Amino acid sequence: MTFAFDLILCLMILGTAGIALFVRDALAAIAFFIAFGNLMGLTWLGLDAVNVALAEIAIGAGVTGVLLILARARLLALGDDATCSGTPLWLRLGALAACAGFVVLLAASVLSIPPESGLDRVVAPLMPGLGIENRVTGVLLAFRAYDTLLESFVLLGALVAVWSLAPAGAWPGRPADPGMTDAPMRRVAGTFGQLLLPVALVMAAYLVWAGSDLPGGAFQAGTVLAGGLLVAAMGGTIGLPSSDRPLLRAALVLGPAVFLAIGLAGIAAGGLLVYPEGMAKALIVIIEYTLFLSIGVTLALLVAGPPVPDASHPNPEGKG
Amino acid sequence: MDLPLSDILSAGHLYALTGAVLVGLGLYAFITQRHPLRQLLAVNVVGAGIFLILGSLGRGPDATDPFPQALVITGIVVAVALTAFGAAMIVRQAETRAAAKPAADDNARGAS
Repeated sequence: MTFAFDLILCLMILGTAGIALFVRDALAAIAFFIAFGNLMGLTWLGLDAVNVALAEIAIGAGVTGVLLILARARLLALGDDATCSGTPLWLRLGALAACAGFVVLLAASVLSIPPESGLDRVVAPLMPGLGIENRVTGVLLAFRAYDTLLESFVLLGALVAVWSLAPAGAWPGRPADPGMTDAPMRRVAGTFGQLLLPVALVMAAYLVWAGSDLPGGAFQAGTVLAGGLLVAAMGGTIGLPSSDRPLLRAALVLGPAVFLAIGLAGIAAGGLLVYPEGMAKALIVIIEYTLFLSIGVTLALLVAGPPVPDASHPNPEGKG
Repeated sequence: MDLPLSDILSAGHLYALTGAVLVGLGLYAFITQRHPLRQLLAVNVVGAGIFLILGSLGRGPDATDPFPQALVITGIVVAVALTAFGAAMIVRQAETRAAAKPAADDNARGAS
């Protein structure tokens, strides 16, 4: 891509980030943050990092945006409109000086490092041994599988932490209904959710499969699944399950548990997370499919938030 | 386009510098914006800036280093986990504060 395009993109990124950070209205800030996330995705495309572009747009812009909008709506219902009170001038000047100095230091150190793709030459000859072609998937699930294993547990831990914020008496309830309160809008979202959920499932399953050789992967696919589940929940097509359902818990731990089991079994083949010769692709695909399911359910529940006291439906039967 | 700047600055450096400015902007907003939800947004911008520095410095002449790409994907997922926990804590704190107020206000809960 041309330099002019890069330059304009960078300026737009800085502009949307500036508005998202400093505009007075919180909803406008979140809207600009989502635009910022999508522009970041374009940047990753420009850098030839399609895997990251998918993750950035789906997770960085999409899921984070929905999370922030839901949090803002819940704050608004409590009478908090999330506008900022003014800060003293000395603080702003001090922060400006400190941050400007930090940016100069950071820029100087960044310019002292020549951009180069040295590890690409290291990774490329190792790929045939794995039987897959997507180098990023190779790094994520073979060369640095340790990181990804821990990351899947971080996601699970975050959900446990969010659930632990449930108010007294709410456990083990369901999260607050994210459904639209306006009846016509709920019908529209309901119909859309019914159509979207199967499409999202197919697309997500394809993204995992494609992730072996083409851009894609478990995290991007999990986000697509989470998006489908959330839209369906917003339209009332599916209800969010209560947190103690055995099936739900099984879905949450399946991915990390399978990953850990395969990793431990690798000790027999030479070390933790080592795949036996010739079986790498099969094992990677198994890990990715189970991980994708767990990531999708975990992300959807992370967005939905902790269980709330259930006053309207005393019956404990849940559907999901 | 034949801009003179492009001779001095490679695309990798241009994006890395943008990332550096994003980190600074986010830090400034984190210090000066006093609402926790806005600070959470600022943390996300700082994170995006760091990811951009990390990823763009792996931009070689013909390929982008897959190693930082994988790290950035991991980072994005961890950032969303942090954001979810932060948002839940902020809402919970507001609920506690609203409940502690004199019971005069009859807030219509469940409308969220």
